[in-house]
Amino acid sequence: MTVAERTPLVELQHISVAFGGVHAVRDVSIDLYAGEVVGLVGGNGAGKTTLMRVLSGAHPADSGEVHVDGKRVKITNPSDAKHYNIETIYQTLALAENVDAPGNLFLGRELTTRLGSLDDSAMEAETRKVMGRLNPNFKNFKQPVQSLSGGQRQGVAIARAVHFNAKILIMDEPTAALGPAETAQVRNLIRQLKDEGIGIFLISHDIHDVFDLSDRIGVMYHGEIVDIVEKATVTPDDVLGMIILGKKPGEVTDTDKAAIELRG
Amino acid sequence: MTNLAEAPSQSGQQRPGTVTSIRRLIAQTEIDVRLFGMLVALAVILLTFNVLTDGTFLRPTNMVTLSVQAAGIAIIATGMVLVIVSRNIDLSVGSLVGFVAMSYALLMTDWLPLLGLGPDFPFRWAIALAIGIAIGAGFGALQGFIIAYIGVPSFIVTLGGLLSIRGLVWYLSNGAAISGIDRNFQLLGGGAQGSIGGTLTWVAAIIGCIAIVALLVNGRRQRRRFDFPVRPMWAEVLLAGAGCVAVLGLAAFANANLWPTGLANRIAIEQGWGEAPEGGWQIATGLPIPILLVIGVGLVMTWLATRRRFGRYVYAYGGNPDAAELAGINTRLTILKTYVVMGILCSIAASISAARLNGATLDIGVSYELYVIAAAVIGGTSFSGGIGTISGAILGAFVMASLSYGLSYMGVISPGQNVAAGIVLIAAVGFDTYNRRRGS
Repeated sequence: MTVAERTPLVELQHISVAFGGVHAVRDVSIDLYAGEVVGLVGGNGAGKTTLMRVLSGAHPADSGEVHVDGKRVKITNPSDAKHYNIETIYQTLALAENVDAPGNLFLGRELTTRLGSLDDSAMEAETRKVMGRLNPNFKNFKQPVQSLSGGQRQGVAIARAVHFNAKILIMDEPTAALGPAETAQVRNLIRQLKDEGIGIFLISHDIHDVFDLSDRIGVMYHGEIVDIVEKATVTPDDVLGMIILGKKPGEVTDTDKAAIELRG
Repeated sequence: MTNLAEAPSQSGQQRPGTVTSIRRLIAQTEIDVRLFGMLVALAVILLTFNVLTDGTFLRPTNMVTLSVQAAGIAIIATGMVLVIVSRNIDLSVGSLVGFVAMSYALLMTDWLPLLGLGPDFPFRWAIALAIGIAIGAGFGALQGFIIAYIGVPSFIVTLGGLLSIRGLVWYLSNGAAISGIDRNFQLLGGGAQGSIGGTLTWVAAIIGCIAIVALLVNGRRQRRRFDFPVRPMWAEVLLAGAGCVAVLGLAAFANANLWPTGLANRIAIEQGWGEAPEGGWQIATGLPIPILLVIGVGLVMTWLATRRRFGRYVYAYGGNPDAAELAGINTRLTILKTYVVMGILCSIAASISAARLNGATLDIGVSYELYVIAAAVIGGTSFSGGIGTISGAILGAFVMASLSYGLSYMGVISPGQNVAAGIVLIAAVGFDTYNRRRGS
């Protein structure tokens, strides 16, 4: 691959995060290139979400460095991350339930008139444009988002992430709450964004999603990276083995295999 | 989900019920149904008392007194909305009103003269008001800082404030009541002289009408600019008409309230107006200044809550604190600001109390916090956060004041008024909860 010669969009180097005495993330390094999807997989509590929260500014790292476009940066809060065009779609969606779609889309980055008042009409117009592209059926621009369906809410969260010229996108379980049609829509969107040159970290439980969409797959186990592999070089079973055992395919012993089979 | 609205007409199963079509008509005017319901409830309360008192209750003089009594609570309740919407509480408002009211009294009698600003110094009332507002904002900022940046729960911080600030009132005056407020400052308390008179009331009403029409026209033009759906024309005209009728009606009502004969005669002699005309002096009092303060505060607070980033952040935080944080909002500063606003509003309310009393006693503002919270909650503010309107809280304050004034007018003693207020509080919230559950 020629990928290695280019500068990565993001490099996380030796990131560690501890909650009390528990190491949620231990000395993890991973990088992401433009137009690339890197899948992050692992069991519950493997540290995927915590690692990504470091990058999105939601939780500071205890140690380690973040480089964006080859330069070391300090990300201590969500605003910092947005400054570097790092956008996040959280698993919880992080929407203010009582605020309407335009209000959520522009939350923290409101458009204002010359006198500094909210320009709701301009925000609604922008929202209509973005949502028209993502989900043409979307019509509820004035209702609080709590009255929307799961798919529509997801649409608002995605629109918020892609509207502000994201270069790096973090998607935490983007399809977990969606029906089949909406899942397909999100998959198409991921491919489209990838073609536009956006780098995407994709956290998912669904190994098929990850195989379908990712270029590389990073497997985490108990806060550490087991391996980061090119998708073409592994099978879903290899990845599953890494998730469950925390070992690279070559290191798996017969006893381990037996253990997996026992677990079903 | 999205098709729900169109579904009946598409499937041809349109229900012929008039209820649905009335609902649709109301929906087209985009009126806040809840607020409209509260207005109706207030009207029912007033009319009921009017019937029970053989038509004497709705006299302008009663209504003006009632409104002035509600003014302080209404003003503070607008701030309590923002505090409760952002999932906090402020129990210290009554004590803060007491502290600032005492400060006003002492400023007039002791402190300003010490600085060489004697009774004849111009704009003493404004200087005193500015200092009082600074004191209120200061206490608000201190409590807000402890809540937002140190993380002590607001209930605890403001409970401490309730106790300690009330104690400080005693130290301010060494336990004495202070009287002797500046003449001009006294106007803030309303009364015949603290009202703006007939002509100015009409002028204010006409400005109000122009503002209503201008807002509607501007809103429509904004939506046209972006090709958004607009209200049907009949709805716009209806809204403008109803708004103007309400404003002009209010002005006419306020102007029907006349100066008491004794006072008019005394002022006539003092100012040398000459002989009283046939039937005595007929001077319209017009809108009292405290009511103008309520209107002004209501407009500014609504603007803050709906048109400014600050308000948007308060509501977003109340709806989902994590989301606000992750959106990059400075949530701590936002919370701190809500308490500063609260402190300023307490100072304004305190000016009305001090002016009406021509001084301050140790117990000004006692149990205000409860009435203010009740007003906000009756007005639709929800303790689960994120929900509540400024106009609702003002209406809530007027509902409470109408009840207590009406009952006292009928001779019910204040314990009886409290019983009624408590029941209405629970009933209003119960009705609201029932409605919301049915709605969702």
